[in-house]
Amino acid sequence: MSKIKSTEDFEKLQESVNKTRDPERLCITVCSGTGCHAYGCEKVTQAFVEEIRNRDLQDKVDIRTTGCHGFCERGPIVVIHPQEVFYQRVKVEDVADVVSETILKKNIVDRLLYVDPNTGKQIICEKDVPFYKKQRRIIFGNNALIDPTSIDDYIALGGYAALSKVLWEMKPLEVIDVIKKSGLRGRGGGGFPTGRKWEFCRNAEGDRRYVICNADEGDPGAYMDRSLLEGNPHSVLEGMIIGAYAIGSHQGFIYVRNEYPLAVKNVTIAIQQAREYGLLDRDIIGSGFDFEIKITRGGGAFVCGESTALMASLEGKLGEPRAKYVHTVEKGLWDNPTNLNNVETWANVPVIINKGWQWYSDIGTEHSKGTKIFSLVGKINNTGLIEVPMGISLREIIFDIGGGIPEGKKFKAVQTGGPSGGCIPESLLDLLVDFEKLTETGSMMGSGGMIVMDEDTCMVDVAKYFLNFLKEESCGKCVPCREGIRAMLEILTRITEGEGEEGDVELLQELSEVVAETSLCALGGTAPNPVLTTIKYFRDEYEAHIKEKRCPAGVCPALIQYSIDTERCTGCGACVKVCPQEAISGQRKQPHSLDQAKCIKCGACLEVCKFEAVIKR
Amino acid sequence: MNLVLVDDIIARYRWEKAAIIAILQDIQREFNYLPQEALTYAASRLAIPLTQVYSLATFYRAFSLKPRGKHLITVCLGTACHVRGAVRILEKLERELGIKAGETTDDMRVSLETVNCLGACALGPIVVIDGQYHGQMTSVKTDSILKKLRKL
Ligand SMILES: Cc1cc2nc3c(=O)[nH]c(=O)nc-3n(C[C@H](O)[C@H](O)[C@H](O)COP(=O)(O)O)c2cc1C
Ligand code: FES
Repeated sequence: MSKIKSTEDFEKLQESVNKTRDPERLCITVCSGTGCHAYGCEKVTQAFVEEIRNRDLQDKVDIRTTGCHGFCERGPIVVIHPQEVFYQRVKVEDVADVVSETILKKNIVDRLLYVDPNTGKQIICEKDVPFYKKQRRIIFGNNALIDPTSIDDYIALGGYAALSKVLWEMKPLEVIDVIKKSGLRGRGGGGFPTGRKWEFCRNAEGDRRYVICNADEGDPGAYMDRSLLEGNPHSVLEGMIIGAYAIGSHQGFIYVRNEYPLAVKNVTIAIQQAREYGLLDRDIIGSGFDFEIKITRGGGAFVCGESTALMASLEGKLGEPRAKYVHTVEKGLWDNPTNLNNVETWANVPVIINKGWQWYSDIGTEHSKGTKIFSLVGKINNTGLIEVPMGISLREIIFDIGGGIPEGKKFKAVQTGGPSGGCIPESLLDLLVDFEKLTETGSMMGSGGMIVMDEDTCMVDVAKYFLNFLKEESCGKCVPCREGIRAMLEILTRITEGEGEEGDVELLQELSEVVAETSLCALGGTAPNPVLTTIKYFRDEYEAHIKEKRCPAGVCPALIQYSIDTERCTGCGACVKVCPQEAISGQRKQPHSLDQAKCIKCGACLEVCKFEAVIKR
Repeated sequence: MNLVLVDDIIARYRWEKAAIIAILQDIQREFNYLPQEALTYAASRLAIPLTQVYSLATFYRAFSLKPRGKHLITVCLGTACHVRGAVRILEKLERELGIKAGETTDDMRVSLETVNCLGACALGPIVVIDGQYHGQMTSVKTDSILKKLRKL
């Protein structure tokens, strides 16, 4: 392939790619996102390849391994195009039937269809599945259609057209203007207006400017950045190149979390392909604009997701944040003007250029435009990645898209914003999700984790969980964060261990204020949020722990007791076998008993008992 | 110890001091941990104070200064896995293996580590053994996995 030297070359390339694409051609797409990988999608793909070969159908049918489709709960997911037949939980044993029935005879294999739990109806097409119905997948949707290792797949869907347009038809300031007017705000947490950030960086004094893609994704429970990078890396690259042109930068970095080897691999391939096509490095699309991108792997420190710490880490230093009286857009990487944006922010850019800022700013609320990708996880029926317009209600997300809480349990809270965020209670379910509304609750948008909690989740334990996480991840540079979080964690630990005292809640609130006000970076600055929101909305649970020495959700080991219901116990002995402490005894076929002194509350007996004879209180 | 390997790694990054974290990552991949000898050597080759190399090696979670076991068990403690009871699975593994998270058994067979979210929250709680994902873990499943691991 010779390099693209002009818009004409690019259009020719588009034509030649499109010529090889027949929309009517049969194509089996197998999701290879992380979730489906864990379910064993590789074996399913392999089985399809073999089945198609054995039946000599290679000329008629394509097989494509795609990025994450989002509906991770139902993996491995297989979609047959052009009919868009949606098969879920596909196993190797199902492959022969799919080929012989659906591919050859256009019949549907009923047993692989998704059944709507509300209506009991089988659903054939992907877009009719309730999980997808209320979504608006303008950023994430292409993941399901393309092979992330094929630049042609991306180009066939209009990829790099925005870049070509920007380089040949728009001045850098026009690009910034479009992004400003679109209302795009950073998806990495703070929600800073992207166009303004670009403008500051462009106007800052300096000979060199850098752009960075923040792919450190440290929020435990969020994985949308990973899915974008793994599933549609070119969309992120294209956004970065456009941004670099607008800002006047010639060097970019992608800082990827250490645990994401597949993302590193797919981005490396994407960069290589973009180079070969003349879409990166020197003289991009013959426009005279140069820009190169390097990938750096993080070292596994949450704080490195913070902009100044990330830049220190890129320089080969300790990932410690610095005070931001001088902004990184003025003095960032190696003291040069630097523009940092989150993965999802970058992926929004080509879409805005292609569709126009008016179109984009019609989506969303007054101050939060466009869509947001959330990872809807925890105690929810339809776990997965969803992309919804800003302004949708939490209720729609959790009950219409997420399908509600499993096992008929009661919803308790949804946690957003990761360790910087908070827990939002049932009374606020009709809240319309955008940057401002989430902040008003005491939580925040964050990077998009949405962890659903049911009646079996202890809110004091959740607060303790996040503080423990933050204690581990605090870099230790400033005292309020290092010592304050530790002190708060000590109090929470005492409370969960039944040693809580009158006044602890007030003490936590007081400490929260100090830590939030005086910490050096936002890690400490937002660390009290999980504690403050759980106190605000679930104070009764704190009181129960402190005053009654009781954990209402039955989670905190020191405050619960296991016992055996002699009426129900059949004496089957299943619990005796799994008890690591030999705490359960009794005659066969006779009700057993549990020795409290030996019990370590591991819960193994409860898990194996088929007769609901183990009681947890 | 074959320090030529360290030389090769440093050369790949053109003796660039700023690449020290990537260099340490590659050294760790080569030796499975960061041996003292390799660190001392790398520091002198790059003319970086050894204290600085050590401060990096102890700051970032990805690095281990101790050799790791033949098998690696990783328990996800991300929020989604946490609310589905990941702690109990971790405690069970700690009990059965007789080590705490972050440690390696005396016979150097198994290392136990934790991670925050693997992006497969639908399957939580998750335990990864030598790269293989095991989802919806229970105490009973943990037993059977450990049994298999003992035979390996
Ligand atoms: C402790 C801490 C961790 C952070 N982690 C991330 C992260 O993993 N990914 C991310 O994009 N932003 C993270 N941020 C926010 C970044 O500092 C920064 O605001 C963001 O990447 C800017 O990009 P945006 O304007 O596109 O949102 C973190 C901030 C803090 C204080
Ligand atoms: S929290 Fe365990 S995989 Fe996401």
